[in-house]
Amino acid sequence: MSSSATASLAAASPQRGYWHRNQRKLAPILFLAPGAIMFAVYVVIPIFQSIWISFYDWDGLSQKVWIGFANYTELFHDPAFYVSLKNNIIWLVLYMLAVPAGLAIAIFLNQNVVGIRLYKSLFFFPFVISQVVVGLIFSWFYAPNIGIFPQITEALGLGRIAVLADARYVTYGIIAAGLWPQIAYCMILYLTGLNNVSPDQIEAGRLDGARGWRMLWHVILPQLRPATFIAVVVTIIGALRSFDLISIMTDGGPYGSSRVLSYYMFEEALSEYGYRMGYGAAIAVVLFIIMMFFITGFVWHMVKTEREG
Amino acid sequence: MKFRLKSMLAGAAISALLVSQALAGQLVINTDTSDPAPQKAFEYLIDAFQKANPDIKVKWNKFDHEGYKSAIRNFLTADAPDLANWYAGNRMAPFVNAGLFADVSDVWKENNLDAQLKSALPSMTIDGKQWGVPYTYYQWGIYYRADIFKDKGIEPPKTWDELLAACKKLKEAGITPFAIGTKPLWPAAGWFDYLDLRTNGYQFHMDLTAGKVPYTDPRVKKVFEHWAELVKPGYFIDNAAALDWQDAVPLFAQGKAAMYLMGNFAVDVMKNAGLKEDQIGFVKFPTIDPSIPDAEDAPTDTVHIPAKAKNIPEAKKFLAFLAKPETQTEMNKILGQLPVNNQAKVSDDKFLKQGFDLLSNAAGLAQFYDRDAPAAMAKAGMEGFQHFMAQPDDIDQILKQLDRAEKQAYK
Repeated sequence: MSSSATASLAAASPQRGYWHRNQRKLAPILFLAPGAIMFAVYVVIPIFQSIWISFYDWDGLSQKVWIGFANYTELFHDPAFYVSLKNNIIWLVLYMLAVPAGLAIAIFLNQNVVGIRLYKSLFFFPFVISQVVVGLIFSWFYAPNIGIFPQITEALGLGRIAVLADARYVTYGIIAAGLWPQIAYCMILYLTGLNNVSPDQIEAGRLDGARGWRMLWHVILPQLRPATFIAVVVTIIGALRSFDLISIMTDGGPYGSSRVLSYYMFEEALSEYGYRMGYGAAIAVVLFIIMMFFITGFVWHMVKTEREG
Repeated sequence: MKFRLKSMLAGAAISALLVSQALAGQLVINTDTSDPAPQKAFEYLIDAFQKANPDIKVKWNKFDHEGYKSAIRNFLTADAPDLANWYAGNRMAPFVNAGLFADVSDVWKENNLDAQLKSALPSMTIDGKQWGVPYTYYQWGIYYRADIFKDKGIEPPKTWDELLAACKKLKEAGITPFAIGTKPLWPAAGWFDYLDLRTNGYQFHMDLTAGKVPYTDPRVKKVFEHWAELVKPGYFIDNAAALDWQDAVPLFAQGKAAMYLMGNFAVDVMKNAGLKEDQIGFVKFPTIDPSIPDAEDAPTDTVHIPAKAKNIPEAKKFLAFLAKPETQTEMNKILGQLPVNNQAKVSDDKFLKQGFDLLSNAAGLAQFYDRDAPAAMAKAGMEGFQHFMAQPDDIDQILKQLDRAEKQAYK
């Protein structure tokens, strides 16, 4: 894209009046060019480089060795890969809870009461703080000796459950931490959406006798569709790129049971005991394919609604 | 060596920012001395070197300890300093094999270091050449609460049976025998190292970490059987996988746990947690098979010259200075660790004196699992150890996984 822009500019300079004749065509290209160049250099080209590296055995320092699809066949037999994939799916499914939860809180907060702004800010607060801080807060919450959570489970007669040390619960524990800010995000999307809900339609619904759930389902939700769409998109992407919380809270442990693909890729390619760039790249390619599956779906959906609209 | 700080990514960013401009007569040294004691030791070293060589100025770039591990790969290839600190054994092998560290065999020869740094010679040698100079190491062993032992009438265990008996007695008294935090994985590897060194001996351990023996070998299984004798009765604290090694120290200080298998760097943390020196005892890891001579873990810290260094002759002068007995005596006094140079003096500290005796009489010195085994194997292995400590019944599955990892790592 960028090269075509500069090429046409170069070709344009000797002919006088070309700029004036083609201004309307060239202006958008010029405006797009900086972004497009950045996107190409930092996103598109690295994608192809990663795919390329995934065919090599390379530690990042010595000579690359071409090994074809060996990284992928190894991945196919790697139990750690399946653990990561499974956890990614758990993340995807449970993270979607953020959408209805965000909607519920938004509806709850969408009223005119004294001090509602304060409540709104309090609910929005977790989205503002860094994921690292969220991870630390939840690590303390779960900590076996000092945390509140083990004391709660003990009071309930379940014994002291150390969520982050138990392979059975660890992923759910991290997802719970991740949901906290994600719900806040969805809530804000819905609060803005609710501002645009047309009072006429609610009035009309009332006259037709709709209230409660039926009102929500048939009158309000359809009007919130754009907000729902965005909430679903950001939540799915958020679930697939989950990394920081895992790194802060467990380092993928205990014994690798809380890793997801993005964290496993980092471990293999860049962490202290990793430096298998090719293998890490192969994991990245798999994650990329999964992401593409969803993103293509969204783009297709957007194009469709745009045509209809 | 492994104090945990969360900023691997930050380190990579720092390395990109630090542009070291070397001038003639100026040496650039990069270190990972983010902890106070190592920082002071290097302050002393650089100061003393500049006094001895007034014509050379040293520029010192300090990195965060964890971030350094990713930073070093960047700066060795892109913008090499004249000196960089790192670790011995297999941890330096990737840099040596990639041609990023300079051969410093001549420094060893000219300064008679083969004799003076004898104990570290094998771990500094690859392809018959030396690739750096070691300046410190420290002992590993069991630190125990001397007051609790005295109170319960327990003698520090010398054999495996005595250890089991001591554990039983402590457990009955409501005290967990061993503190440990396996969140950073490596503390579990200390257990594996010692159990293997005591069960199968030094040579076997070296062969195993060199990938010459499969993990499904019955001798490896025997190591885990001994380990299970401690894991299954609950002789380790609960939920170790959620704790950092420092998080387990308060349990030791509060008397909830009575022993801790650790490196000597833990003593400082224990004292900071409120223990007095006479409350802490140190005992060598007990003998399991009397026919096997006792080898020890003694991780060694080193300084290297990157192959792309700009002032190699001056850097070699620096290494020779670092190797001198006086330098190592002073540095280790500050570090609270042991000098590698056998002409150096050990500081007057009861743990260091014990450690010095221990290491001088050892049948062999291992570096530590994550330095003896290559990175990919170390990670899989330590994950397996952590898994075993949580689910000892999964042992066959764990060993199969380790076998698979070994085949991949030593291709």
